[in-house]
Amino acid sequence: MVSAAEMLSVAAFLEGYHAQAFPSFGSERMGAPVVAFCRLDNKEIRLREPVMTPDALIVQDPTLLHQVDLFEGLDTRGYLLVNTRRSYRDLGLGDYVKKFPPHHISTVAATEWALQYVGRALPNAALLGAFAAVTRRVTLESVVAAIRQKFPGKLGDDNAAAAAKAYDSIRTN
Amino acid sequence: MLEQIEGSQAVAKAIAFCRPEVICAYPITPQTHIVEGCAKLIREGAIQNCEFINVESEFAALSVAIGSSAAGARTYTATASQGLLFMAEAVYNAAGLGLPIVMTIGNRAIGAPINIWNDHRDSMALRDAGWIQLHAETNQAAADLHIQAFKLAERLSAPVMVCMDGFVLTHAYERVEIPDQAQVDAFLPPYQPRQVLDPSDPYSIGAMVGPEAFMEVRYLAHDKLLQALGVIPEIQQEFKEIFGRESGGLFHSYRVEDAETVVVTLGSVAGTVKDTVDELREDGARVGVITLCSYRPFPLDGLRYALQGAAKVIVLEKSLALGFGGVLASDVRMALQDTGTHVHTVIAGLGGRPITRKSLLRLFGRVERGEIKDPHFLDLDLDIVRREIDNQRGQITAGPIAENILREIGPRAAKVV
Repeated sequence: MVSAAEMLSVAAFLEGYHAQAFPSFGSERMGAPVVAFCRLDNKEIRLREPVMTPDALIVQDPTLLHQVDLFEGLDTRGYLLVNTRRSYRDLGLGDYVKKFPPHHISTVAATEWALQYVGRALPNAALLGAFAAVTRRVTLESVVAAIRQKFPGKLGDDNAAAAAKAYDSIRTN
Repeated sequence: MLEQIEGSQAVAKAIAFCRPEVICAYPITPQTHIVEGCAKLIREGAIQNCEFINVESEFAALSVAIGSSAAGARTYTATASQGLLFMAEAVYNAAGLGLPIVMTIGNRAIGAPINIWNDHRDSMALRDAGWIQLHAETNQAAADLHIQAFKLAERLSAPVMVCMDGFVLTHAYERVEIPDQAQVDAFLPPYQPRQVLDPSDPYSIGAMVGPEAFMEVRYLAHDKLLQALGVIPEIQQEFKEIFGRESGGLFHSYRVEDAETVVVTLGSVAGTVKDTVDELREDGARVGVITLCSYRPFPLDGLRYALQGAAKVIVLEKSLALGFGGVLASDVRMALQDTGTHVHTVIAGLGGRPITRKSLLRLFGRVERGEIKDPHFLDLDLDIVRREIDNQRGQITAGPIAENILREIGPRAAKVV
């Protein structure tokens, strides 16, 4: 998740934004809930507080949906993207997401794409591809460039392919 | 070149351009990615003629640094929190010996209880050791201050700590203008040691000094830090001429000219304060902020001059002198003695507690209405604190305070932020 926020900030930077990405937990470890933040702006970002009212929320692990209040602070004019192959109705969020503009909410089977293209359950790249498709704030090209910067060589190619697939899966829906 | 980069990696690159000859560090927590980045740059050949010495503890890290600096090598190390405390004896020795070592402090809280997050109590614990302490507000400043730190350290023959907020800066990705080697070479000449251990011309460093001379030696160490008050702005100017950026200096003022209320603070929280100041200014409030870059030496006269128009000063600090109050606040009071300016002490952000615009706006309102007592603890949960005080008073076997508080806030701890 921390890498996803970092790569999103790089993608935004490549498009000329000022971008800031940071984790909420220093002690990231496998299995613990982790939150990472990313701010985009057209001017210098001086604010250092956590993002408490996000314009967009990416949920990497849907098993957290009913454990912690993930949606606190998310405005219903914002964007919501969940890593799952199930629908919002199946996740028990059918009524909640009705408050959002329909094209602002999406699900993406990012872990599936990661397993298929990268061979490991690391959904960050696919989530960012989907994020670009849903929000249109960054282009797929910038997301791919950020991914390749983070993961050079074949790993970068594979992750870029997962991102492109996730992007297409949302655009063609 | 402008890069979107993690703070620690930006600093590692800046260190590399300074052509260090010895980097020694204990690589395990509490450590940042900086030394990891430096080690990688050495392995890749980006830093030539430099030895990375992996040591068994922070005490060893600074002890090795003392040895290599005394032997005439440009020397760098980094630590934080408990690691800085563990090297405390060597911290005083490096300063007492006048060795121009540069050390990053990725500021973090000190235990117990264990807490890995950001506050300033680590570097504050060593504030009087004789090191120059510079604080970075952004990752750009952090990178730039390291380049300035070598020049400053070597010009005065004194060690310099560059303090940058742990996690808030060290782990944050943001844009940083990374200099090039030619610029840094033009700014920072090769290290010419004022004293050097040389077998072909032997003399001793660190001799025993008795009561007949110790006061004089200590006075000269104090005087050296006071000289830095003049050298720091000189180096700020030299840096600007080559890099074209305002970086470093003693302190930075933001919208202070006509301000009735001025916040004085240290480090990255200044950005949040500036945004809050802008918001308040839109409503007509006359507020400003001064961010100290040099905490040691402390710019008493400069600060007194900069604050002469202010009726109220709010010192916002991520430190606390237990049993006393503010640390930075008492320094600011020293600068303002006999001026009649009212100084409020606000302790905030201990152990990584976020300092938010919302809390700062509420604070400004309460200061304006004369509602806060000194010292004020921002966002302290007084109900929990009072209950635990009663609990501890009520029974001799009340148990450990930290664990009692965790039990009290249990349901809230499940919240991720």
